[in-house]
Amino acid sequence: MSSSRPSDHIDSRPEESGIDEPRLGLVGSLRFFWRQLTSMRTALLLLLLLAIAAVPGSLVPQVSSDPNGVIQFKAENPGITPVLEFFQVFETYSSVWFSAIYILLFVSLIGCVIPRTRHHLNALRARPPKTPARLGRLTGHTTRTVATDTETAVGEARSVLRRAGYRTERYGDSISAERGYARESGNLVFHIALLGVLVSVGLGGGFGYSGQKVIVTGSSFANVLGDYDSFNPGRFFDETRLEPYTIRLDALDVVYEEENLAAYGQPTDFTAHVTTTLRDGSQSDGDVAVNEPLSIGGTQAYLLGNGYAPVITVRDADGDVVSSEAVAFLPQDSQLTSLGIIKVPDGLDEQIGMRGFLYPTAAELDTGAYSSTHPDLRNPLLTLEVYTGDLGLDEGAAVNAYNLDVEGLTQIAGREAGADDPSAATLMLEPGETVDLPDGLGSIELESIPRFVSLDIHHDPSQVWVLISAVLALGGLITSLFIPRRRMWIRVTDAGDGSSTVEYAGLARGEDPRLTDGVAEIAERHSARFKVDA
Amino acid sequence: MTLSLESLSIIAVYSAMAVYTVAFILFAMDLARRSAPAPAAASVGAQSAAASGGSTAVLEKADAPAKPAKGPRYLRAAMAIMTLAWLLHVAGTVMRGIAAERVPWANMYEFSLTATAIIVGVFLAVQVWQDLRFLGVFVSGLALIWLGIASVNFYVAIVPLAPSLQSVWLVVHVFVATLGTGFFALGAGLSIVQLIQTRRAAGAASGLSFMRTLPGADALENLAYRVNIVGFVFWSFTLMAGAIWAERAWGRYWGWDTKEVWTFVIWVVFAGYIHARATRGWRGSRSAWLAIIGFAAVIFNFVVVNLFFKGLHAYSGLPTS
Repeated sequence: MSSSRPSDHIDSRPEESGIDEPRLGLVGSLRFFWRQLTSMRTALLLLLLLAIAAVPGSLVPQVSSDPNGVIQFKAENPGITPVLEFFQVFETYSSVWFSAIYILLFVSLIGCVIPRTRHHLNALRARPPKTPARLGRLTGHTTRTVATDTETAVGEARSVLRRAGYRTERYGDSISAERGYARESGNLVFHIALLGVLVSVGLGGGFGYSGQKVIVTGSSFANVLGDYDSFNPGRFFDETRLEPYTIRLDALDVVYEEENLAAYGQPTDFTAHVTTTLRDGSQSDGDVAVNEPLSIGGTQAYLLGNGYAPVITVRDADGDVVSSEAVAFLPQDSQLTSLGIIKVPDGLDEQIGMRGFLYPTAAELDTGAYSSTHPDLRNPLLTLEVYTGDLGLDEGAAVNAYNLDVEGLTQIAGREAGADDPSAATLMLEPGETVDLPDGLGSIELESIPRFVSLDIHHDPSQVWVLISAVLALGGLITSLFIPRRRMWIRVTDAGDGSSTVEYAGLARGEDPRLTDGVAEIAERHSARFKVDA
Repeated sequence: MTLSLESLSIIAVYSAMAVYTVAFILFAMDLARRSAPAPAAASVGAQSAAASGGSTAVLEKADAPAKPAKGPRYLRAAMAIMTLAWLLHVAGTVMRGIAAERVPWANMYEFSLTATAIIVGVFLAVQVWQDLRFLGVFVSGLALIWLGIASVNFYVAIVPLAPSLQSVWLVVHVFVATLGTGFFALGAGLSIVQLIQTRRAAGAASGLSFMRTLPGADALENLAYRVNIVGFVFWSFTLMAGAIWAERAWGRYWGWDTKEVWTFVIWVVFAGYIHARATRGWRGSRSAWLAIIGFAAVIFNFVVVNLFFKGLHAYSGLPTS
């Protein structure tokens, strides 16, 4: 159809088979390579390759979306791990080979789009081509006789075609018309918009950041680097970009299903009520809910997790407070049975570490163990196993706050210790209760059990550009798939006796399944203009 | 009240499955009848003889001759029964939605109800435009198997929506995904028939003599393309709407979650399909295979990825092992 298309496009003319092809020089080779890269077949191959290349990342956990899954996978499959690591399968979507495929694909796309854009800009200014000598071989060829002179018939032909959205040109006693330029425009917009998505994601993402923070009811978070629990800066991030503001969690409201027995106890709503303070000191109330992030200071705050953070006070043998803080317990199941670790390195005669289970609605099983039967605090119970020994906090090495390595520690209260000595059984506390630690070390009080929320704070300036590009791509796609590009010709010949013979015919440019109907419709509209009312 | 509607919905769905079975048998009998020698076919109905004469011509002209004519007896009965089954099916789906007080596509069971209802609905509606009744065996069979698996393996009692699903995007994103799935299913059916037709033309599948009453491979390919590009637009929208929802719900628009990966893979496969249509040497059977692989990936994405892969799109409502 046009020279701007890759040579193996279905609408372009087959290439002449080179009989006396000259030897390719360097320029010739490069040109040959470029033509190969920008051919339809290469684009197709790269697309299929991209589809296949994306699959492994769904079979193996990814560092980006499931870091704990990666650790677990590596522990369970030590044999295959080095191979997968070598091929960067745990980071499939930023791996060298995956990047190579999509970069080649986009280079191929650029190579294809540039000449086509140039060609299309010319086509937009060009006049419809000359009417072919013989219309009989074209699609939907129809002949009608109308009772009017040639000049009127040609004039009406132009007006009918114009009204149907065609660009028209008169050649002798015929009208040549073309419409559907938007098909190619849409196609180009689609491909260029995909480039826009890639550039926005690739470059724009570098200016953003995201971080996580656990906030216990009644406490606050300040948007400064040091206050985040974890923080992932973009490549071009700069600390001064953090807009100073604070978010205080006033309450987390949770609604539970009470009537439907099939879903009894299922949470149906989480809403965190917060008070925000901006740089200028202005305070306001806000809500953060699932699916309803809070916009603040150019960032979005998402409610992604919640749980209980029992306030535990540890006192020494003299009754002086050694530590008193809310400890976020990590939910282990849908009934919010939660696991928490408390470490007390200083202040007591020995370092102690405690592993606690919180049962919001405790029920004792036949085995004597406990489980939670409802996620709300209806009969809360905290159990603590206490260990003494070196917690490993003094060496300065990074230690996971949510994990207690009991290797080398001695259990002084818990199931194993209690098996021999009933006085060393697991400690059990309800809110407001205090129990003594074994060996006269001191005491532990469970003061209250407030809720905590886990907020994700994101700043992504490129997001809006990704969205704009995606919307343009979708619009371009629809235009390029459903608007037919077609040519239409109407030729009038004088039939004598004051009437004229009119020929109608069309030519599809690209997919156009309804062309025959289109020609018939134009013929009908045109000839209807000369019907004499009886 | 809620319970009774929920049970009524189940009864309607099971009835629909029974009626689909009858439709399936009738569609199959119609194909068997088409296998009869031509003179016998002519005595059953003049229309089928006319259809068997021109293979491609029947579908290329979209006007009068291609409109669903009265057709032979089995086929007419099959279409009537299929419509009845579909009405029961839709009633069951709507009752489920009313009972749950929300859209009936919030878990795998409900998604199956809606997706199959849309596949059959598109199949029935498309007859106004073009006679595709020969796909009846494929469509009724697919709906039957899918509904059967869903009722036995995916069924969950009505429960309220989890907070993460409480969004207008549940209505938009998931519904458009079911629409896309419906169009891809029809496209895959057409492509399968196209491949058989191509083999028959090559003399490899001479046993299937009913195939001569169906449109030729080229006409089927064109039809499949037209159906699949509609599916592709819906799928593109699903992808975008999903990204917008993911941003609202999870704080990022794209995170290569397993479901996102597979939605992307499907999108790329169908993008490849559209390119294949425009690439010399890739029209015909090759592009038909791409469309079939694409639909297979859609099914894989729905069943295997939902049930066996770990990810954020865990909405089957089934207990995890």
